[in-house]
Amino acid sequence: MSTALDRLAALLPPERLLVRPVELAAYESDGLTAFRTRPLAVVVPETTDEVIAIVRLCHELKLPFVARGSGTSLSGGSLPIAEGIVIALNRLNRILKLDPAQRIAVVEPGVVNTQVTLAAAPFGLHYAPDPSSQSICTIGGNVAFNSGGAHCLKYGMTANHILGIKAVLGTGEVVEWGGGSRERLGPDWCGLFTGNEGLFGIALEITLQLLPKAECFHTVLAGYCTLEQAGDAVSAVIASGLLPGAIEIMDALALEAATAAVHAEYPPGCEAVLIVELEGPHEVVAIERERLDAILSASSPVEMRPARDAEERLAIWKGRKSAFSAVGRLSPDFIVQDGVVPRRRLGEALRRIAEMSQETGLRVANVFHAGDGNLHPLILFDGREEGALHRAEDFAGRILRMCIEMGGSITGEHGIGVEKRDFLPDMFTADEIDCMQRLRAAFNPLGIANPGKMFPGSEAPSLSHVGLHPLEKAGVISRE
Amino acid sequence: MISPATLTELRDAVLSAPRVIAVGAETKPRLSAAETVKISTRPLSGITEYEPSEFTFSALAGTPVREIIAALDEKGQYLPFDPMLVEAGSTIGGVVASGLSGPGRFRYGGVRDFILGVRFVDGLGRLLRLGGKVVKNAAGFDVPKFVVGSLGRFGVIGEVTFKVFPKPESTFTLQMPFSSEKMAQLANSRFEIDALDVLPGGETMLVRLAGPAKALEVLAKEIGGEVTDSTVWRVIRETPWSFKADITLDQINDFKTAHVSCGGNVAFSNAPPPRGMTLRGDSPLWIGGRPRFAIEAAVKQALDPQNRFPTLDD
Repeated sequence: MSTALDRLAALLPPERLLVRPVELAAYESDGLTAFRTRPLAVVVPETTDEVIAIVRLCHELKLPFVARGSGTSLSGGSLPIAEGIVIALNRLNRILKLDPAQRIAVVEPGVVNTQVTLAAAPFGLHYAPDPSSQSICTIGGNVAFNSGGAHCLKYGMTANHILGIKAVLGTGEVVEWGGGSRERLGPDWCGLFTGNEGLFGIALEITLQLLPKAECFHTVLAGYCTLEQAGDAVSAVIASGLLPGAIEIMDALALEAATAAVHAEYPPGCEAVLIVELEGPHEVVAIERERLDAILSASSPVEMRPARDAEERLAIWKGRKSAFSAVGRLSPDFIVQDGVVPRRRLGEALRRIAEMSQETGLRVANVFHAGDGNLHPLILFDGREEGALHRAEDFAGRILRMCIEMGGSITGEHGIGVEKRDFLPDMFTADEIDCMQRLRAAFNPLGIANPGKMFPGSEAPSLSHVGLHPLEKAGVISRE
Repeated sequence: MISPATLTELRDAVLSAPRVIAVGAETKPRLSAAETVKISTRPLSGITEYEPSEFTFSALAGTPVREIIAALDEKGQYLPFDPMLVEAGSTIGGVVASGLSGPGRFRYGGVRDFILGVRFVDGLGRLLRLGGKVVKNAAGFDVPKFVVGSLGRFGVIGEVTFKVFPKPESTFTLQMPFSSEKMAQLANSRFEIDALDVLPGGETMLVRLAGPAKALEVLAKEIGGEVTDSTVWRVIRETPWSFKADITLDQINDFKTAHVSCGGNVAFSNAPPPRGMTLRGDSPLWIGGRPRFAIEAAVKQALDPQNRFPTLDD
């Protein structure tokens, strides 16, 4: 493989071609830490032309590549390939254009999600998709995985906010679809590209739609004695004809974690907390909040806490968005699942997850986007225990099969990645998978773009989880 | 014309001739004016699933949009993007294949933003279901979005699943003199404008608000302009425009004779635009060219290797 490294060295200065094990260690894993692979090299391009040259070289040499932003994928979407390279895109972090009249931003793939909203804020605009990792995850990764967030019910996922994409495909071709207009003619290429999980190529410039920031928010946190009551409250809100920006639920264990991590305070004695947020002009919110408050009051909450100001609203969201990482304080290891069930079957799904938890003896914290039926059970385990990871993965698999059986999906927003590729055939027929494989082959005929993701039967990842992080084993880091 | 009544018959219909294209009510006839055998989806009609509590429905391709709107209305829900040519009989399959959205596209997005899943027959005669039936789903490639605007050139739509929203309590329409500054200002305002169009001639702007009636009255006073009858939106929606162009606000002056919709992002006209797509009449399908990349032929080959459907240039 020295040819590949020599050829890469001709494209990039030595400090942007990482090959030493110590430099590669940080890229071995992403948000799905159960899998780890050391790549041949990591390249750090700084311009789109460099990315194009790298991809074309990979095509010429049949060298597999994995594009990576901040490495926050929860499905192992940016897990490296041992015989391939990682293309780290963090330095392509320029906001190329911000047009307040057209309400768009054109950004490079390494721009961090919240940076877009920060840049747009002086114009009263914001970028709507808000995955929990928004303060570090990149737009390129959001596009590759069609990331969601807490506000999908009203505003949709990443794909709904992508107006244009310039990309280099697995064939080396550079394409430009869409642009500044919210409407387009012909097939929706941007829609097809978004969520491709890196199997089609790499987005180089992305045109994002910006929305006016809502004038007024009404965010209510309501505590309940049971999860079921919280679920019933969601059904009542939906049936009322209101369209909240977000409807979220956290269960007791998730509350415990958030309390420990960010000192969030929740009503005592609650088994579940519901967060509902209305937004809009203050005249509209004033009317809708009366309706919402009446519905919630009738749903037997232990306590209702409307946010009285922006600070209190942020505190509610901070607790919610920190829940994933906060669970790390309760358990040495955990698996996050991302299944979707029809909203009306949420209660039933949660009951069955609780039963499975009893059976397996593994604790589960539930944090979910209740408004769109998107569950995030966090299965807690201790990787140092013999067979624990295996039991947790089994449990996760049972949850996914339940989601399919209920007419839902195995992923709402995290993507298939490495993690759920074996479940693809549970959701799609052989013909349907073949159709997607044919599409993959059109964009990426050599299979060099992010191999081993999405499709079952691809080569297995090299290393599996063994408990401690390598730096922990080396005594470099430790947990509280 | 072949008229399949079931999805199995639809599959057989695709395989029955060397070159076919699906048509619905042919309300945008230029889009399917290719030298091929036509498959009418009209007998393939009916809402197959509707769960108001899920904000979703599924319907066969030939279902008249009118029927869908009526069924949703009974439960206080709607398709926010204002499907067009409803009274002329447009079908839900045609709405998807044409990718045509009306003025309501402004607030929450167009057809592409509300489609969740599709069942279609590819060029190999396989009945495939891609996407999902729930409001949130990220499993597999987003073929449902690709089908939007693909003009039946990559497959024949059999059934679609859509997301819907609760219908706002009321709407309120204002009319005022157009200026692009005023339009940009309203589009980026606290008012959450529901639709923002400019009438042909470029003089008059229409502003629609949607929400609780009591609040809208207050907002309307602050926005100003003249209160006008909301039926004007019906006229816009039902006009059999000949051309559609995707534009940006800074191009609006080049489209003075057109009806400009979606806050300056779409132009509908009866005179050919500098570039755009022909919906009816004898003009070429694409006016002023369109972007072309090698990947288009490769995707065509992937979904329709025997060229059973015409290409985007036929």
